[in-house]
Formats: sequence, C-alpha cells, structure tokens
Amino acid sequence: MKRLLKMLWKEYKIHLIIVFLCIIANAYATVQGTLFMQTLIDHYITPLIGQPNPDFTGLFYALIRVAAFFMMGVICAYAFSRIMVNVTQGFLRHLRIELFEHMESLPIAYFDRTSHGDVMSVYTNDIDTLRQLISQSIPQLTSSCITIITVFISMLTLSITLTCISLVMLCVMVYVSRKIGSLSGHYFVKQQNDIGRVNGYIEEMISGQKVVKVFNHEEKAIEDFRNINNDLRNSAYKANKFANILMPVTIQIGNFSYIICAVIGAILSISGVVGITIGTLVSFLTLNKNFNQPIGQISQQINSVAMAQAGAKRIFDLLDQKSEDDQGIVTLCRVEYVDGQMQETLKRTGHWAWRHPRTNGEIELVEMKGDIRLENVDFGYFDDRMVLHDLNVFAAPGEKIAFVGATGAGKTTITNLINRFYDIQKGTITYDGIDIKLIKKDDLRKSLGVVLQDTHLFTGTIMDNIRYGRLDATDEECIAAASLANADTFIKHLPDGYQTMLSGDGSNLSQGQRQLLAIARAAVANPPVLILDEATSSIDSRTEKLVQDGMDKLMQGRTTLVIAHRLSTIKNSDCIMVLELGRIIESGNHQSLMKEKKKYYQLYTGAIEMD
Amino acid sequence: MIKTLMKEIKQYKKDSILTIVFASIEVFMEILIPLLMAGLIDKGIEGKNMNEVIHYGILMFIIAIGTLSLGFLAGKFAARASTGLAANLRDRMYTHIQTFSFSNIDKYSTAGLVTRLTTDVTNVQNAYQMLIRICIRSPLVLICALSMALMINPELSMVFVVAVIFLVCVLGIIMRMAMKYFNDVFPKYDDLNESVQENVVGIRVVKSFVREKYEDEKFKRAAQNIYRLFVKAESVLAFNSPAMMLSVYSCILLLSWLGAKSIVGGSLTTGELTSLFSYTMNIMMSLMMLSMAFVMITMSLASARRISEVINEKSDLVSPENAIKTVKNGEIYFHHVTFSYQHGSQEPVLRDIDLHIESGETIGIIGGTGSAKSSLVSLISRLYDVDKGCVEVAGVDVRNYDLEVLRDEVSVVLQKNVLFSGTILQNLRWGNENATLEECQQACRLACADEFIERFEDGYNTYIEQGGSNVSGGQKQRLCIARALLKKPKILILDDSTSAVDTATDASIQQSFAKHIPDTTKIIISQRISSVEQADRIIVLNDGVVDGFATHEELLKTNDIYQNIYETQKKGKEDD
Repeated sequence: MKRLLKMLWKEYKIHLIIVFLCIIANAYATVQGTLFMQTLIDHYITPLIGQPNPDFTGLFYALIRVAAFFMMGVICAYAFSRIMVNVTQGFLRHLRIELFEHMESLPIAYFDRTSHGDVMSVYTNDIDTLRQLISQSIPQLTSSCITIITVFISMLTLSITLTCISLVMLCVMVYVSRKIGSLSGHYFVKQQNDIGRVNGYIEEMISGQKVVKVFNHEEKAIEDFRNINNDLRNSAYKANKFANILMPVTIQIGNFSYIICAVIGAILSISGVVGITIGTLVSFLTLNKNFNQPIGQISQQINSVAMAQAGAKRIFDLLDQKSEDDQGIVTLCRVEYVDGQMQETLKRTGHWAWRHPRTNGEIELVEMKGDIRLENVDFGYFDDRMVLHDLNVFAAPGEKIAFVGATGAGKTTITNLINRFYDIQKGTITYDGIDIKLIKKDDLRKSLGVVLQDTHLFTGTIMDNIRYGRLDATDEECIAAASLANADTFIKHLPDGYQTMLSGDGSNLSQGQRQLLAIARAAVANPPVLILDEATSSIDSRTEKLVQDGMDKLMQGRTTLVIAHRLSTIKNSDCIMVLELGRIIESGNHQSLMKEKKKYYQLYTGAIEMD
Repeated sequence: MIKTLMKEIKQYKKDSILTIVFASIEVFMEILIPLLMAGLIDKGIEGKNMNEVIHYGILMFIIAIGTLSLGFLAGKFAARASTGLAANLRDRMYTHIQTFSFSNIDKYSTAGLVTRLTTDVTNVQNAYQMLIRICIRSPLVLICALSMALMINPELSMVFVVAVIFLVCVLGIIMRMAMKYFNDVFPKYDDLNESVQENVVGIRVVKSFVREKYEDEKFKRAAQNIYRLFVKAESVLAFNSPAMMLSVYSCILLLSWLGAKSIVGGSLTTGELTSLFSYTMNIMMSLMMLSMAFVMITMSLASARRISEVINEKSDLVSPENAIKTVKNGEIYFHHVTFSYQHGSQEPVLRDIDLHIESGETIGIIGGTGSAKSSLVSLISRLYDVDKGCVEVAGVDVRNYDLEVLRDEVSVVLQKNVLFSGTILQNLRWGNENATLEECQQACRLACADEFIERFEDGYNTYIEQGGSNVSGGQKQRLCIARALLKKPKILILDDSTSAVDTATDASIQQSFAKHIPDTTKIIISQRISSVEQADRIIVLNDGVVDGFATHEELLKTNDIYQNIYETQKKGKEDD
C-alpha cells in the first residue's frame, strides 16, 4: 500500500498538492458556513427582535462574505473532482502499461507456472479495486480526516463541555462500527470463497453440459448445485446484512450524540452556568452532525481499502517478477557479398550473418546457415527433476530431424530449449557454431520459425495475422506465403477474404484452417531454421494432407526439427529420434528403424499409444 | 425483461415488502427529529423551561432508538431479499440450462454462461438491494422533508422547490451524458482485456516472433484510448458534487436572509429556522442518493438483460405429450432426412439420408471432417431435430419418445467427452446410479479400462481431477465408453471415441462388444479404417451425403473415397 501511494505521489505530485489544498479549502468553507449560523442568530436575529426599524445591512454584508466562502468551496470541489479524474485514470493507464510491458518481458516459465485466470484477474479485478481506492477512498478519507480536525477545532472554540461529550460518543461509534465491520468482513471473505465454489462447479458442469444431457443427469446436477447455491446465499446474506446495518447504526449513534448535546446544551444555556447562547448551540449542533458524518463515511471505505490492499499486493507481485535476462552479444545483420567477401549492409539482400564482437574488439561475421547442434544436453524444469538426459542432436543445414515418443517422453520440451524459453542445465546448444547463450535472444528467436501445437491467433484481420511473421511484409508477400501454406484457397472462400476479422483466438476458423494460417505466418518470416510441433487434435485426412503439404513446402531448404505426434508425416526425415523418458533410445532413418523392430516399429504399427 | 426477473423474488416478496415498509417508517421518524429540535429550542431554551427540554429530549431519544431498530431491520430484510433473489436467479437459470437442447447449448459459450450466473447475478443483487432500500426511501425523504418545510413556512419553502428543480435538471443532464459515455467505454474496456488475454495465452507466439515491442505499442494505444474515454465520462460526473453543494449553499444563504427578516418580523421562530436548515441537507442528500442509485441500476440493466435472455431461452426440444416410454429394440431408420443447425438454412449439413440399420448390427461410419458424421448420429438420440424426413428407432419416430427414455436407450459417447471431478466409480455411475461395483467392473472390462484402473493405487476410488486431467487421453476415452456401457443401451454410439487408444486395444474393445453385447446396435465413427473394417457394414459419408453403405470388402471394390482413405492409411504398413 505504501509503495502504491509512493508511486502515485511520484507521478502526480503537483496534482495531489492541489487536490489536497482544495480539500482543505472545501472543508474550511463548510465549517465557515456552519459557524455563520451562530453569528446569524446571535448578532443579526436576536438583537433585532422587537426593534421597530430593524437594520439588515450588516446581515447583508455578512451574507456576501459567507457567499464568497461558499463559492470558493464549490469551485474547489469541482477542481478537486476534476483533477482526481485525471489522476485516477492517468495512474491506471500508467499502471496498465507498466504491467503489460513488464508481463511481456517475463520468461515463459512464469506463464507456465501461473494460471491464465490469475494473470487476467490482475488486469481486471485488481486494477478495479485500485480505481475505487484512488478515485473514492483516498479523497474521501482525506477529506473526512480534515473535516474531523477542522470541525473539532471549531467545536472547541464554541464549547469545551459539549465537545467532550461529542468525543465520547465518537469513540462509541468508532468502536461499534469496527465491530460490525470486522463481522461483515469475515462473511465477505466467506462469500468470496463460496462464489469461487459456485463458479468452479458451474464451469465444470456447463462445459460438460452435453454429457450431462446424454446421460439424463440433469436432476442430479441441479441437486448438487442447489446445495452450494444455498451456501452462497447464506454467506452473502450475512455479509450484506452486516454491511447494511453499519450505516443506520452509525447514523443513529450520531443522532444520539446530537440529542445528548442538545439537551445538555439546553440545560447549560437555561441555567446560565457557562455562557451558551442559542446561536452557539445551533451552530454546535450542526458541527456535531458534521463531526459524526465522516465516521460513517470512513467505515464505508474500510472494506474497499482492504480489498485494494490485496489487489495492490497482487499487482506488485507481478511487477516484481524477474524479467527474462539476456546477456547475448551476438546479433543478426544483413550482409552482401563483395568479391566473395561478406560485408555488413542495410540493403535487403536476402543474406544474413551473425555479427560476433570478439573480446579483442574485432567483429567477426559468421554466415547464417542453420546448423543446429545439441551436445550432452541435460534439462529439467526444476533443478532436482531432469526431463531430458544427455541429449545429442546434430542438424546440418537443410536437414529434417524428427522426434517421436510416447506422451511425457520430452518431445515438446525440446522446442523450449533452442529458442531459450528455458535454459539448459548442462551441455551446449550451438547455432552455426555459436553458443546460443551468446546470441541476443531477440535475434536468436527471429532466426527460428516456430509452428506450435496449439495455434494462437490474434484479434485482427487474416492479413494482420499472417503479417505477424514479418511486420514489413507486403500484401503480396503475405498472399504468397498463404498460398505456399495451402491457406490461400480457404481464405479466398471467406466472405471478406484476407480482410476477414478474426476474434477470440480465431474461434471462427476450424482447427485445420488455424494451423494453415500458423504455417503461413511462419513462411512470411522466412527463417533458416524451423521448429514444428505437430498438432495433436484430430483433423480429417484431407485437411491433414493440406497441412502436411504446406509444411513440406515450408521445410524445403531449411533445417527443420519436427516434434511428431503422427508417424505418417515424418517417414522422409533424414533422422528420426525416438525418445523415452527423456533419453534418445533409437535413432536413424525410417527404413533402418523399421528393420530394427524395436520401439519405433511398435509405435509405427500401433502397438503402443503415442498420446 | 424486468418482469422475468421480478418473478424470481418468490418467497422473498415478504422480505422485500418489509424492507420498504421499515425504510419508509424510518424516514418518517428521522424527519421528526429536526421538528422536535425546533420545539426544544423554541419552547425549551427561549422559553427557559427545563421540563420542556427534558420532555423533547426524551421524545427524540425514543425516536432515535426507533429509527435505529427500523434501520437495523430494514438492512437485514434488504440483505435477505436481495441475496435470496440472487440465489433464486442462479437456481432458475441453472435449472433452465438443464433443459437446454444441444442447439441451445451451442448458442452460449461456457464462459458466457458462467459470467451470467455469477457477475451478472451479483450486479442485479446489488441493484435490487439499492432499489428497495434507496429508491423508495430517497423520494420519501424528499417528499416528507419538503412537506415538513412547507408546514413550517410555505413562503420560505419555495426556496427548496426552486433548488430541487434546479438540481434535478442538472443531475439529469449529467447522468444522461455520463451514461452515454459509459456505454461507449465498456465495450472498449472488454477489448483491452481481450488483448491482454490473447497475449497471456499466446505468449509463446509473441516471444517466438519477437513481437514484445509491437504488442506493447498496440496495448499502449488501447490503454490511451480507454483513458481518453474514461476521462470524458468521469469529468462529466465531476460536476455532481459541486452542483449539489451549489444548491445547498444557495438555500442556506437565501434562508438566512429571508429567515432573519421573518424572525424579526415575527412570522418565524429561531428553532424553526434551524429545522429548515436541517431539511436542506435531507432534501439535497436524498436527491444525490437517488441519482447515484439511478446510475447503478441503469448499469445493472445490461446484466439483467443477459440474465433474462437465458431464462427466456426456449428449449427447442421437449418430450411430446403421451410420450412412448419404451424402446423395443435397436433398429434404426433414416427416412429421407435433411438436417441443418439453423433450421431452414440454404445449405443443409445432411441431405436426403435414407438408411436402415438392423437391431444388433455393428455399423462403421467414416468420412472427412465436415462430412457430418457426428451430426448424423446425433439425430438418433434426438440431440437435434431433423429439418425434413424422419428418424425412427424401433419403428417409432424419435420425436414420439420420452426424451429421457430415448437417451437412456441410445447411449452416445461424445467426441468431445468429459469426465467430472470425483472418483472413477462416481464417474462410471453417471451411466447408472445404482450400478454395483461388479457391474462397473464388468463395464470396464468390456471397455478394456480394467487393466489400467487396477494398476492405480486406489483402483476404482481413484480421484479424477476436473476434466480428467490426471488420466491420459486413451484412458479417458475408455472410461467414457465404460460409462456409456453401464446404461445397458439398445443402441451404442461411439463418436470417434477410440482415437487416442492404440490399435490393439481398440480391436479388443470391438471384439468384446461383439461377444458380450451382441443384441446392442453399435455405431462406430472413426477416422481410422482399422476401427471400422470389422463392422458389419460401413457408411461412407461425404459432405453430408451417403456415398456408400456396404461391407469393407464391397466398399474396397466399389467406393472411390473409401479406397482413397484405405490407400493413404494402409500404404505405410504394406511398405515394410
């Protein structure tokens, strides 16, 4: 919370000072208005009663003076609300952008360990609690505190005895509202848990609703639901009940204070012990009201402050996650050949090289060919549990290497290593002879084309999605890539062709079509090395053929590592590696492996499950 | 829409009415306090009468206690009424969803329904609470305070009337403008969240293509957009409290001026003037509250609409009256069936299907995606209704059966199948609640699921996580088959349900079917020739039309599509 306020302060120092001054001015105006009642009654009304020709000019000037105060109050109130709009929204914008930029810089490991729902809820729920806090709670609390202080001082000037009584009642009020507040807080937490349970239950049952239907399981489903629904109703009832009675209780305790002050004030005034005039009493009573009101407001804000605290904690948890670090020094650059010699250039020559600064200050250019080697690689997502053991893979430029094996053998893990989504614990991975740890991550990833198991598309047109591979690609280049990937035909049949809008991760396309787009996207990027993780979900043979054909065309002339989930597609690989429990147990081409009649043979003939 | 929701108040009508009654009485009592205070000042202090002071003091004290208890009760009943309404709404929606047909279910996404059942209901709950607590109370305060003021001094009260009209106009304009802007903001806000979601889910793609900067820029633009819209909307709202203060202050100034003259002139007492000051606050605050409540309620209207949409959704499949309650056998007829998901659409999914399947036959169905294999079988258990023609089971149109009976006898293992969190046994008993352990074991043996279940430490009591995430794809499919078998159906349909099972197990499942449930009609959809080649007859579907319907051998001779699939799938194996 402290950190949040500090951030806010740093960002909006001047704004906040102005707001603070406005709040003070506003509170001062209110107090002046109240104190004016005393003046009004004691100086301008009581003395004039019974006079034959009352003179109201004094009153007139007094009113003008008060009106000026009031005007100031109104203007300050507006200024402060208006400035707070900018502060709140500006701060939220700042926070959102910072969150997003930081999130984009986090390593894949973070996303693998954190549930998507949790990350999303930071952006929605937690930011919302902060909006509540900044736009309402903080100004409200500040103005309440200032009001209490100014009113308290004014009360002292009027009557010390009555002030003491008000103070005692205030303590009672604070005590009672804290008691009720903590009760309601307790049930709000319970309500939140119950909502979670209802949420989970509905989510599970509704996503399986068709199964519920074919099994005539509706009544049982309703019965279970009613139970947890009842629990939720009970906790919600209790939470709301206490929250609801908080308000009347504080208001009425305020009223008690008001009445007690009135009676005692009246008694004192009549007995004439201390000089209390009617004007003083009336003013004091109004002040008493103003004194008690903020307490009610504060107790209303307590809940949202607590919620914001939890929200801020989650936001900072995300912001404190360590970014992906990158100590790479080797970068990519375009080159041209002059007299058979490579030279750096800015021209689009279609030739690339690794720019490798040596320790002696010289810069070495290494042609980018697409030679990938994994040597004695050990890897585990956790240091104590290795997933891959002593892996050796050599892929010469243009070769196609396939990985096969049962679920959990570690196939997909390999894709995470070459582009450094995860770093290996032992061994080396080299790209064109350069250790990939030396290569800048951005450049390394640019040089690798990846088509993943689950295709993810982004909101935008189909053209935008293909262009994602290379932002400066022309429309023609995108269409060429699409036709290479066999995606051109289906795209043309869509009502808006390449301009068709995709939304919700491309949910309006079939699995096969999405995959074709992913291939086109990789084709536009035109990288020398490809990593293909085949789709697991069943697409029909015809589309599969299209996808396969597209992939084959894409693979031509590139080094390719294929994670195979279906064997028919990788028979023509230069080398097939059979993985089991993170080790390569067989390798060779299709013919030789079939002759060996070991694991690969069993997999191929369907004797063992692949997935 | 409102009517639909109001119907669900049901047993909480009493609580709602009590809330309103208590809140109203509370208002009357609260309004009395300033009046009594006037009495205390005028008769007590100015009259220097101690007894009057005590008298009024006690009276006010009693009223304050009364107000407190009324407020307490109103709060309690309001909580009960609103949370009760919320529970009723959830219940109503959920039970109604259970009556949805497949095409109803297709219309809504799971996430959409979950939001309606949770967030939207909470919004309505809050709005309803606001409605019964504030929306009755505030106008009452306004009216009572105004009439009290009129009673005290009609001329001076004209000040209030003018101020109220002024404030109502200003607040009205503010609300109208703000609502307009807010309506623009919310869809944009959803877009922003969607773009975050895309990045979270597709982070591997973003990083693989090194598009972090690009996404940052995109997000910045969206965030800037939201900022602009929100500032616009909220700066309108920023006029709210100054407008309110302006009215209050003007009232005070005018009352002071006119009041002073009246008191001096003898037509008003000092006490009465203080009461008028008190009523100023009451009146203006109630207007303010009302306008806030109005905004909240309008905002919840969208939620209310989404809820009533679900409640008013008509299930398009219902059991007929005098439904037939028994299914005699597993014979199936398709009479010139045409079907589309949007009835009457120009391009039907299935066209002129005319088939006859004998009871006890094993039928394979093969064809590409989009050839409508799943659609075809879903008509048998009447998950959807046909457009033209009719489907008969045991010689009776499926539309004449009781739905529950029909679906018990026609057991479908869906393509997208799910297991639910619970033990294996609990999951199996979905098929038959009263199945004994032996029956469950028997079904698992048939589905070749027994071998792996017995290898689990807890056997049949192994806990399955949500969505069956702790068993492999093949194991899940076999459990689903076992579950369907427990129904002891007359017709068993496997919709691509062995795709993740290895071929050897697949074959042995089919063998045990042939041996142990010979009288059950078995329909097997598959992408794999090996899964269907043992069937008595095989249907080749192509683009919603039956292209061939014969035995494996005949199809190999006569059917091009079948040959084609056979070639691509078998070629590899024959090479070796």
